[in-house]
This record gives sequence, C-alpha cells and structure tokens, in this order.
Amino acid sequence: MSIDIESVSKNFGEFAALTDVNLVVPSGELVALLGPSGSGKTTLLRIIAGLESPDGGRILFNGEEATRRDVRDRHVGFVFQHYALFRHMTVFDNIAFGLTVKPKKSRPSKADIRDKVYTLLKLIQLEQLSDRYPAQLSGGQRQRVALARALAVEPQVLLLDEPFGALDAKVRLELRRWLRRLHDEIHVTSVFVTHDQEEALEVADRIVVMNGGKIEQQGTPSEVYDRPATPFVFDFLGNVNLFQGRVHEGMAQMGGMELSAPEHAATNNVRAVGYVRSHDIEIDRVPFVPFDASSVEAVVRYILSVGPLVRIDLELSGGEGVEVDLSRDVADRLDLKVGEKVYARPRKMRVFTDDYQI
Amino acid sequence: MHVGKGFHKSGGKGGSKITEPAAVRILLITVALAFLALFLLLPLAAVFVQAFEKGWEAYLAALHEPDTLSAIRLTLLTAAICVPLNLFFGIVAAWGIAKFTFPGKSLLITLIDLPFSVSPVVSGLIYVLIFGLQGWLGPWLQGHDIKIIFAVPGIVLATVFVTFPFVARELIPLMESQGRDEEEAALTLGASGLQTFFRVTFPNIKWGVLYGVILCNARAMGEFGAVSVVSGHVRGSTNTIPLQVEILYNEYSYAAAFAVASLLALLALVTLALKTLAEWKIQQGLSASEER
Repeated sequence: MSIDIESVSKNFGEFAALTDVNLVVPSGELVALLGPSGSGKTTLLRIIAGLESPDGGRILFNGEEATRRDVRDRHVGFVFQHYALFRHMTVFDNIAFGLTVKPKKSRPSKADIRDKVYTLLKLIQLEQLSDRYPAQLSGGQRQRVALARALAVEPQVLLLDEPFGALDAKVRLELRRWLRRLHDEIHVTSVFVTHDQEEALEVADRIVVMNGGKIEQQGTPSEVYDRPATPFVFDFLGNVNLFQGRVHEGMAQMGGMELSAPEHAATNNVRAVGYVRSHDIEIDRVPFVPFDASSVEAVVRYILSVGPLVRIDLELSGGEGVEVDLSRDVADRLDLKVGEKVYARPRKMRVFTDDYQI
Repeated sequence: MHVGKGFHKSGGKGGSKITEPAAVRILLITVALAFLALFLLLPLAAVFVQAFEKGWEAYLAALHEPDTLSAIRLTLLTAAICVPLNLFFGIVAAWGIAKFTFPGKSLLITLIDLPFSVSPVVSGLIYVLIFGLQGWLGPWLQGHDIKIIFAVPGIVLATVFVTFPFVARELIPLMESQGRDEEEAALTLGASGLQTFFRVTFPNIKWGVLYGVILCNARAMGEFGAVSVVSGHVRGSTNTIPLQVEILYNEYSYAAAFAVASLLALLALVTLALKTLAEWKIQQGLSASEER
C-alpha cells in the first residue's frame, strides 16, 4: 500500500512539530525517517498510524483519503520504541491479541489463531519461548515479539518507532539486518524512525532526512550520502569538517586552500562554508604531485585507532583543526607520529554559500 | 565512614561496618516495639477484652440487639452503594488524568484531594447546607416529600464524598507510571476502547484497584464525623455502626459498646491483611515492569 502525505502540519502548543510536510511512500518500500530528536519524525509516524491527528494537510492510503480514519481501521502495524508488550500476557497471547480482538464474524478459529501464532514464532525464531512473559525476555527478543504481534494482523503498512534504539550495539546490528531480510521476504510497505544514520543507510530503500519539522532531503541512501542537498544533511550523515571562507567566480578559498567550486561559478566574493568528510582527506609526508593550491601544510596533533579506522587530528597551517579518517593499511604505511609535519588535501569538498547557512 | 570506625570497634565483634552497635539496635527496637504495644496493640486488645467482659453470650446478645442489627445493615448498605460508585468514578478520573492531557488537569487532581483535606464535620455540614431544611434545596425537597438529611440518602452522600479520593489516588500514580504505550498498541491492533480497558489496562491495575477498594470500604464503614452530622441519630433507622457505638457508650452500656466496636476492629484487621496482600502484588507487578 502506498502512503501519500500532503502538506501535513502539527503543533504542540507553541511548538511546531511538523510544518507543511509532503512525502510519498511507494508501495512495498522500506523508508527511513532520519533526524535528530525533536525533528518531528516520530510525530509524522504517529500521524500516519492515526495515533496523532494532523492540524492541517491530508494522509492518503492507496490514494484514498485516510486523514480522519480511526487507528483501528487503518490496518497499520506499529512497533513501539519500548516494545509496549502486554506485560501480563505470555508471548503467545501477545502475538495472538490482534486476532482475538477481532469482531466475532471475522475472527479466525482458535486453531487458526494457534497456527498463525506459531508460524510467526517460527519467523522470529522464538518458538520455544511462547509461554514466557515479556519480563522474562531479553530486549532483542521482546522487539521481535513486538514485530510478530504487529505482523499477526497482516497490516498493510508496518510502522516502526526507533525499533532498535533501546538495544545494545551487537543486537541492534543483528536485528536490523534481520529486519532487512524480513522486508525482502514479505514486502510490506514499511516506515521506520531512527536517529542513527548508519542504521538508515544500511536498512532503508529510501531515506527521508528531517530537521526542525521539515524534510531536508529524500532519496536513496547513496543519493543522500553522496549528494547532500543541504549543509544539515551533510553534517548529520557521517563525520564532516567545516571550513569557513569565501567563493569567487567558481573558486573557493578556505583554510589556506584554494579549490574549484564550479557550481558557484556565478558568485562574486561571498562568504561560504566548505564541507569535507573526514575520509575524503588525503595525507602525505611529501607535497602532492602535481603540487597545487588545494593542499595545505598541517601538523599531526593526535592519533586514535577506532576499529578498522585510524582517526588523525590535524592542525592546518591556518590554525583550523581537521579530523581525518584513514583506513588502517594506509595509516600503517604512513606510520605518522604526533607532532609531525604533513600535507593534507581534500579529495572532495562541497561548498555552500552563506544563504544556505544552517 | 571513617568517623564511625572507632565507634564500631567498641560496639562488639559481630557488628559489620554498616550497622549500629548491638546495644543501640536493641534499644531502638525496644522503643519501637513498646510504642507499638502501648498505642496500637493495647487499645486493640482492650476492645476485645471489654467486649467479652461479660462472656460470649452477652457479646452475641449485644450484637443481636435490633438497633445494633439495623446499624450493621445500614453500614453494609452504605458501603455497598459507596464502594462501587467510587470504584467507577475513581477509575474514570484516574484514567482521564493519567492517560490524557487537558487544560485544568492539575486543578482536577487538587479537587480529588479535597475530601482528604477537609474535616469530615465540614463535609457533613456541606450537605446540610445544600439539602437541609434551611438549605438551598431544602424547601423544594420538602415540597416534593424527598428526605435526604437525617435519612439514608444523606448518609450515603456524605460517605461517598469522604471516600471519593481512595481509588483515584491509588490509581493515578500507578497508571501514570505505566504510560500509554500498551493502550496505543492495543488500538493499532484493532481493539475497541472497551476491549483495551478490560484486556490491557485493567489487568495492569487490578491490584491497585483492590487496594483502593479496601481502603475505601474501611473508611466507608468506619466514617463517623460526616455521617454524624447528616444522620440525626435516629435509632434503628439512621445509625451506622460507629454512631451506634457512640450511643451505647454514652448510655454506659460498655460491654455492648465494645462488642459493636469489636466489629469495626475486626474489619480493620481484615483490611490490614488484604491491604498487605495487595501492596505485595502491586510491588511484584512494578518490579516486573521495571525489568522491561
């Protein structure tokens, strides 16, 4: 089922949680709403579910008006951040709940409910735990039960609110890969909310980056990562270095470097900010050949190994601090020492002029 | 805790570093127990000793007195009306306050507490002022031959007022701590409002409800002040157990007074036992939910 969100707004008192949001979720896609807390992503999810009603705008399900439709009639599966399992019911009863509350004439028989629940238990690999209570399960197990409970009613849309937010790092990684595989199997239109860019990049078909109640950018993971539309998106996805400077007729001068910025060919000496991802900076002991103005002298201030990466803090000759991520083999080959003089050069820089300021 | 080090050493070999010396412990426990015995156990024992002073037969006879039987009946009737009413209102109020935000919410919470902060005598007088002969609605009521003050309806009204907060006060913090997630989950799964209440909300608060009902019932049966003002003390008709005790006592029939009083004392003991059970169950439920 496709979802159309048309100029939806929502205020909580004075606070504008959503301002004129437009979004299309095509049928069968897995879409991530990504943003910092307070960006309105959870509010948008709750409006789609019908747990919150918008102050303005429309929600269409499969092209049909659904703005005023009751939660119960929307046929959405909602997975809550803190699972919201029924604490006094066993795993079995939790999953069966949505089937047992159906009106008599559409309610499946006891045996059918049982079959359905066991199929789902098998799907979430918890068959042997059907008699346990939620308090007796681990966080990852609870989240899978919550998912099975939502899937039991065969929802047309699956909505997940920070589904892995409360889990520890390893379980989170496992569970999000499992969710991706599950989605590839059942293809139910899914929207999930996250503030973890890595999670969004790894799991989603499409990412919607939100900030301050508005959509900053939407696109495939590689689109938003490689071609951020705004400084905010650049800043939010991945480690990034900022350089203050000016652009003039397609040339940017910042941090003692001079780089071409062809998209600003028409500008005439305006203030600008340059964004460079920390893995988009090259370091070498000797000047780059051919030497040009895009490289700059720097001093190594700090070296830190983070798993497969080595993070190096540089101080440019102009005094700016820059973070550089090198892969371990490159770092090993360079074998840098703190206090050493090096040359640094951005491989890619994205320049936003001042009117784009965050 | 370095200051206490020398102190502990002098306190005996057995004491670990964090407990007081044996002498202090024994002294504190003795004081507490003596206080408990003097102010709680002794009066309770006295009630039963006095009640049975003239023997088992006299005790039963005192309870079989028609006026006393009528007082017992009236007390049971009052409790039977008040407790379900306040159970319903209490759950509705707690539900509204805990699960929704609306303007005037804190005012409502304050209002629910009003019966606790007002003297019971004043609670009774309020009803005399409204429904009494000289009150606002008095003449109209008399014209239609409806009797509220100095009759059973007045007693019920005063008792409902005095016992209103018990269920609501118990449930509001409990429901607030449980949040709205489970109810919202039930709604997204297609449950109706009633299904959500009976299958999700109520099982989570049932021990809290029982706790509130027990306290509400104990107060409804034991209320003296407010009921005394509106009852008019008509023997065999508008006397509840506490009022009957007072009348018997004032008439110097001590054995009978204490026999009837022993009923209230028994009620207190049963209440205490049930309350402890309910508290224990609530605690179990809370610790189970904290693990989540």
